[in-house]
Amino acid sequence: MTSSEPPVVDFPLRRPGEAFPPPRYQDYRGREGLVVSYLPNGNKAWLVTRHEDVRAVLTSRKISSNPDHPGFPNISDTMGVPRQEQIPGWFVGLDSPEHDRFRKALIPEFTVRRVREMRPAIERTVEMRIDAMLAAGDRADLVADFALPVPSLVISSLLGVPPADREFFESRTRTLVAIRASTDQQRDTATKELLRYINRLVAIKVQWPGDDLISRLLATGTLDAQELPGVLILLLIAGHETTANNIALGVMTLLQNPQWIGDDRAVEESLRFHSVADLVSLRVAIEDVEISGQLVRAGEGIIPLVAAANHDTSAFACPHLFDPARAERQHVAFGYGVHQCLGQNLVRVEMEIAYRKLFERIPSLRLAVPVEELPFKYDGVLCGLHELPVSWQES
Amino acid sequence: MHVTVAADRCVGAGQCVLNAPEVFDQGDDGLVTVLRERPAPEEAAAVRLAGTLCPSRSITIHQD
Ligand code: HEM
Ligand code: SF4
Repeated sequence: MTSSEPPVVDFPLRRPGEAFPPPRYQDYRGREGLVVSYLPNGNKAWLVTRHEDVRAVLTSRKISSNPDHPGFPNISDTMGVPRQEQIPGWFVGLDSPEHDRFRKALIPEFTVRRVREMRPAIERTVEMRIDAMLAAGDRADLVADFALPVPSLVISSLLGVPPADREFFESRTRTLVAIRASTDQQRDTATKELLRYINRLVAIKVQWPGDDLISRLLATGTLDAQELPGVLILLLIAGHETTANNIALGVMTLLQNPQWIGDDRAVEESLRFHSVADLVSLRVAIEDVEISGQLVRAGEGIIPLVAAANHDTSAFACPHLFDPARAERQHVAFGYGVHQCLGQNLVRVEMEIAYRKLFERIPSLRLAVPVEELPFKYDGVLCGLHELPVSWQES
Repeated sequence: MHVTVAADRCVGAGQCVLNAPEVFDQGDDGLVTVLRERPAPEEAAAVRLAGTLCPSRSITIHQD
């Protein structure tokens, strides 16, 4: 056990103008034990940066995902994991066995086979967005015009949102994500409208069940009507900006490394390389626990930084290189343990189709601004791009 | 080599099916099932990969 005082490091971890993952992660990984940081709300959080330690934290029974525990390291009042009393059914904030009832009810919707069956519909969605971009001229913002709408349309079709309402659904989810372009008030309104819409959709499916996720969940009878809207909002939020950021960052990286365009392994490497969900897995110790020799007391927050783990040189050779041919596959971009991303196979298919179709249909695709001028998100939970201006040669 | 799984621990992430589709499958409930308890030698590497990637450590590989 280390006896010296653990180093205290500043929060936020990402800063404007810096590369991601932040260069100082390497310094944190190299130290004995853990480093500690204080969040804007004063909460203490141990930062876990080594690949091995991140996997250990995410599978420890002494460590909880439940924000009801005092000391839970929510980043701020609006960023982090909501409590069950705020949004019942937000099961990423529950531990086993409560968590497992939700997870088990949803797993059949996200199996490798089920996701494969969604392929044709995803391809159509992607094609339609590309058609719209091409029809509008020779330039676009790939974030607003492609990366954000594609996952939103995919989720709305999965949930059984009727085609006529998808435009509404997409515009409201876009407001939620646009932390720069929308006000708190607009986001609050959009959230309420979405919740109201989802409540109505559930009521409709109770009356007239269809061939969709909501109807099937209702039929299993394992989730009650109060929990269902929270589960659906979780799917929407967990699967929207995460996927969008990965699509946009992946396209940026492929444009910089064109030798990998057309290689499907770029999907997995993009997940590791960009690790957009760096501040997503938040935890709190519920018993004293030792991590890498550091004693963490019950009631202290723990943040496993997946981007740091995915760039750990003891787990990945030359982690700073974008190398889709690399042999190591054990990245934790989707987390690890019982909460490991439920939507991961859907994401893989979406990303693969998005990359392939974009470069197939628009071979002359290029960045419209120098890479250094791209606006990176450094102030939110997720890593990503606010905008990705691209252009192409009109044929 | 032979493999056993603990479906009660499985969280249906599908890493096994993705990486060793000849050996693992997901049933209607989305939980892991074993298609081939004794994988062929050329499948051994994929099975080991599935074992290390499984987030719930539901896959056990036995050397016989
Ligand atoms: C590239 C895109 C995505 C990334 C990087 C990502 C990342 C993650 C991570 C790191 C977790 C673990 C959270 C924790 O440990 O507390 C997680 C959980 C989750 N993700 Fe994703 N996700 C993505 C897309 C999606 C999609 C498309 C969906 C569904 C439509 C989805 C649904 C979920 C759900 C429901 C959970 C909670 C699972 C549980 O608690 O059992 N995600 N995701
Ligand atoms: S990888 Fe593990 S958790 Fe995922 S489906 Fe296979 S056995 Fe289940």
